[in-house]
Amino acid sequence: MSSPLPLPPKRNPQRKAKPSLAPPAARTRLGIRLSALASTGQLKLQFCKSCLEFAYPPREACPRCLIDDLEWSPISGLGEVIATTAIRATPNLYFRDRVPWRIGTVLLDEGPIVIAHLHGCCATGDRVRARLQLDKSGQAVFFALPEIENEFMNDDAQLREMTNDPKHRRVLITDARTPMGAALAAALADAGCRSIFAGVAELWRRDALLDDLSSFPKVELVRLDLTDTDSVRECAGEFGGKVDILINTAEYLRPGGFIDRRGLAAAKDEFETNVFGFMRLAQFFGPPMRARGSDGIDSASAWVNSLSVRSLSSWPEFGCNSACHAALLSMSQCLRGEFAGSGVRVVNVFSGPLETEWHDTLPPPKVAPSRLARELIAGLQRGLEDIVVGDVAKDIMSRWRDNPKVLERELAAGGGIDG
Amino acid sequence: MDDILSRLAKGLASGLIEIVDLTHTLDADFPVMILPPEFGQCARFRIEEVSCYDERGPAWKWNNFSCGEHTGTHFDAPSHWVSGKDLPYGSVDTVPLGNLVAPACVIDCSAEAEQNEDYLMDVDKIREFESAHGEIQRGSWVLMRTDWSQKKGSEYINLREDGAHSPGPNADAVRFLVDERDIIGLGTETVGTDAGQAFHANPPYPAHFYLHGAGKCGLQCLSGLDRLPAKGSIIFAAPLKIRNGTGSPLRVLALMNGSGNIPCGS
Amino acid sequence: MPDSPRQSYDGIAAVAPVTVPYERFSNRSAHWWLLKTLRGLMESAQIEPGKIDGLAVSSFSMHPDTAVGFAQHAGLELRWLEHIPAGGASGPIALKRAARAVQSGDASIVACIAGDTNHIQSFQRMTAGFSRFSLDAAYPYGAGGPNAYFALLTANYMRQFGATRKDFGHIAVCQRQNALSYPFALMKTPLTLEQYLDARAIADPLALFDCVMPCSGGEGFLVMRDETASELGIGSVRILAAFERHNAFADDPIQFRGGWVRDRELFWHQAGVSPEDIDLLQTYDDYPVISLMQMEDLGFCSKGEAADFARCRDLTNSGQFPHNTTGGQLSTGQAGAAGGYLGLVDAIRQLTRSALGKPVPDARRAVVSGFGIVNFDRGVCSSAAALSSQDS
Repeated sequence: MSSPLPLPPKRNPQRKAKPSLAPPAARTRLGIRLSALASTGQLKLQFCKSCLEFAYPPREACPRCLIDDLEWSPISGLGEVIATTAIRATPNLYFRDRVPWRIGTVLLDEGPIVIAHLHGCCATGDRVRARLQLDKSGQAVFFALPEIENEFMNDDAQLREMTNDPKHRRVLITDARTPMGAALAAALADAGCRSIFAGVAELWRRDALLDDLSSFPKVELVRLDLTDTDSVRECAGEFGGKVDILINTAEYLRPGGFIDRRGLAAAKDEFETNVFGFMRLAQFFGPPMRARGSDGIDSASAWVNSLSVRSLSSWPEFGCNSACHAALLSMSQCLRGEFAGSGVRVVNVFSGPLETEWHDTLPPPKVAPSRLARELIAGLQRGLEDIVVGDVAKDIMSRWRDNPKVLERELAAGGGIDG
Repeated sequence: MDDILSRLAKGLASGLIEIVDLTHTLDADFPVMILPPEFGQCARFRIEEVSCYDERGPAWKWNNFSCGEHTGTHFDAPSHWVSGKDLPYGSVDTVPLGNLVAPACVIDCSAEAEQNEDYLMDVDKIREFESAHGEIQRGSWVLMRTDWSQKKGSEYINLREDGAHSPGPNADAVRFLVDERDIIGLGTETVGTDAGQAFHANPPYPAHFYLHGAGKCGLQCLSGLDRLPAKGSIIFAAPLKIRNGTGSPLRVLALMNGSGNIPCGS
Repeated sequence: MPDSPRQSYDGIAAVAPVTVPYERFSNRSAHWWLLKTLRGLMESAQIEPGKIDGLAVSSFSMHPDTAVGFAQHAGLELRWLEHIPAGGASGPIALKRAARAVQSGDASIVACIAGDTNHIQSFQRMTAGFSRFSLDAAYPYGAGGPNAYFALLTANYMRQFGATRKDFGHIAVCQRQNALSYPFALMKTPLTLEQYLDARAIADPLALFDCVMPCSGGEGFLVMRDETASELGIGSVRILAAFERHNAFADDPIQFRGGWVRDRELFWHQAGVSPEDIDLLQTYDDYPVISLMQMEDLGFCSKGEAADFARCRDLTNSGQFPHNTTGGQLSTGQAGAAGGYLGLVDAIRQLTRSALGKPVPDARRAVVSGFGIVNFDRGVCSSAAALSSQDS
């Protein structure tokens, strides 16, 4: 059984922060396929349809028949640990800082053997479930967990290096004056967050949501207006060094596209909050987070973007919003590059229409903010990079993966979610 | 013998004429009028650094700022309201210069506003002022003192689920000032010339409706009215000369008789 | 389908064993070490560079050059050129291929050389980009080198066959004894079993003295016809048998045997001798468990019995089973690809009565075994050669 992770002690102010270190990131192009799978929590390995055998490590052709149409096929990940070691000395600086580090050889039921990072509960001879997990370099590795889950499994120190579990971490919700912000604050408290900084613009504007928020456990309201550079600078000045997980919930949403909208004032407001707000956060919260990406068990861990699935393809009824989210998606990709090697993961949560006032003309299914919060947190606990929430988002995402041009046409024709 | 401007200059230099700043600092977090979300919104004051003696401009610092025409301490031109949309000289670039420098009457409603956040100044209150200080002369600014400018943040905007709660004039009072006294305009310490609940009046927002419909102007978010005499001050309220502008943030200054002890411009 | 019998290597001689003394770190390039080795070969055989018309070279650190660029750098005009990137298996492979080249007339005198430089960071750099499989499936797991993968093999071997750390210690301790008399060994102090067992842990169950120390160095020898060697008047050894094998037993979930198992029957048949006839065994000892595996897989004992086999034998040069006569890589250091030549070069010395350290008494037959390239989870290349002195 795993034992619960105690609350990490407060930082010793006389200790130098650890530099940002990451495990080796270099992979072959095929190896990066594994990272792409890990980013959404999938496990597939190459499979030869003629030989009916899986192949690993990634290859260009089946090592039995040399046919080059290996297909990435789902695999259970179940298997047995056949050997383990604890690395106690290594020239790799990232691991050197974390020894002893346990790895093992896992014989998968479907045939292949993998070297895997080991959960503390896994010993030689044990049945395990190996899964792909992004490590702090952002690339995929195998991680073997106990086949049967146990209560504090996610508290394992090695596993926490791969995940972004909010437990004992300090979270900033950039715009808590949203249904999602409030839902997140509640769910994060349940998930064992150490503290929740709830960013609120224009504290002079009181409303019921704000009054609720201030009564939540662990929530501290902080002045943060994403449209105001000074406000973001000041907030980052005060809290930037304490934010382990930043969740950007800002959303300025108005229906409409471009031809039928009069003027640009609304569009500017939308871009100011959604797009330029993101940039302000990146400029002021990015540096302190990047500097703390490897600083122990409660280091800076994740930057989370709440994205509409409209970021993938425009939904003309919400055309300007789609454009904002397309920009956000692109910026999140840039941010991943800028955070590379720091240990801070950029997580995108894609959802369909939320159950909020701006979607009250849309038919269900819509995503309840509480569900979004729950799945976002589950994704952080699992260590995902892309989280897709709700039936609409899953539908659009799969159609986009299948054929983006077809999806574009269907959405443009008003096909929307029914296609 | 000194000409009048020389005497003004001497008065300023000696402190016998005092300058009072009636303006709030333009600050990103200063409250603005809140409209229902489906309407267009007033842009907040924002500032972006262009350079700060750095690689973006080694020897100089400068900023870009942005805001709405009705952000911070600001001027409302007649064209701001639908009732004044077709008037000549209705925009800030064409408002007659005489409107921009003019005497002010300050009607002290601070006691009433303290008692009642929804206080509405009525004709009786104006007549009471006139009986104490003489009739409001044609071509004056009328400034409604409520001490509201001393409130901060949420108390200032005082928003509740049924809207904002703040004092203002009632419809009759505005019509009286416009029709009977032919003022230049009405100035308030609150976020608008109308009371917080004026949407529910008839007509809605009577101050805006009657003032601007008659070519009169508005000044909002004033501060420092408690320092002005009831009568005898001169207001300098010149908006930016924005083509077809409906309003503008501005610096509002008042001249008043001083003691001579206070240096000019304090 | 069994392998068909090999032609003999009769008439072909390995001569002129050369070692360029090892250094822990060097600021020279790999080329310097390789050229120094080449120069040593010429001096040893008393030949001009123009006489060398064949070259086999192994090195991890001569990037961006290949064997071609190196040959030009060395000023050699060649009619046979081979790059052998088989790491620890390179020595016997070079010997075998060079012998065939000379036998067939493709070359007259082949220089077989291996060498690497060890800059402060070069080991880490080399392991970081070692192979595609390593990039995707091994290097990200933290070892920063092969230690952890051999730890897994060792743990499995111990579990499967009951070997103990003491058994591995016996290998290391005996080899250190040999190293004390070998002038080029970097480890010059005696090692006790207690020291071995108490050493700093590296990757369980491996500790410090299970692991080799990367260093710089060069090793080489020449291959030519017997009569050429006689004309030059230099000592030579005969090649009784040799093989190479790559990627054997790919389906074993974890490595507990190597390609030697596939080849040993033909190997002994071709050599015309049996394990009992062997006077010294040079195994590739990047970790003691691999030496045990070679003793088994080459037929010196049965599978799983090497620990017992080794435990009850004195493995020093004066003992009843001389093993790794220079102290092996565990005590001399691992000079990159030269580690794959170390045992072979010293076997030639031992069989030509020119040992630099304590000689194996009356050494007439030697087996040299190679093991190379840990790719992903296992060593891929295996090789071996049986040599004899000219008087046996």
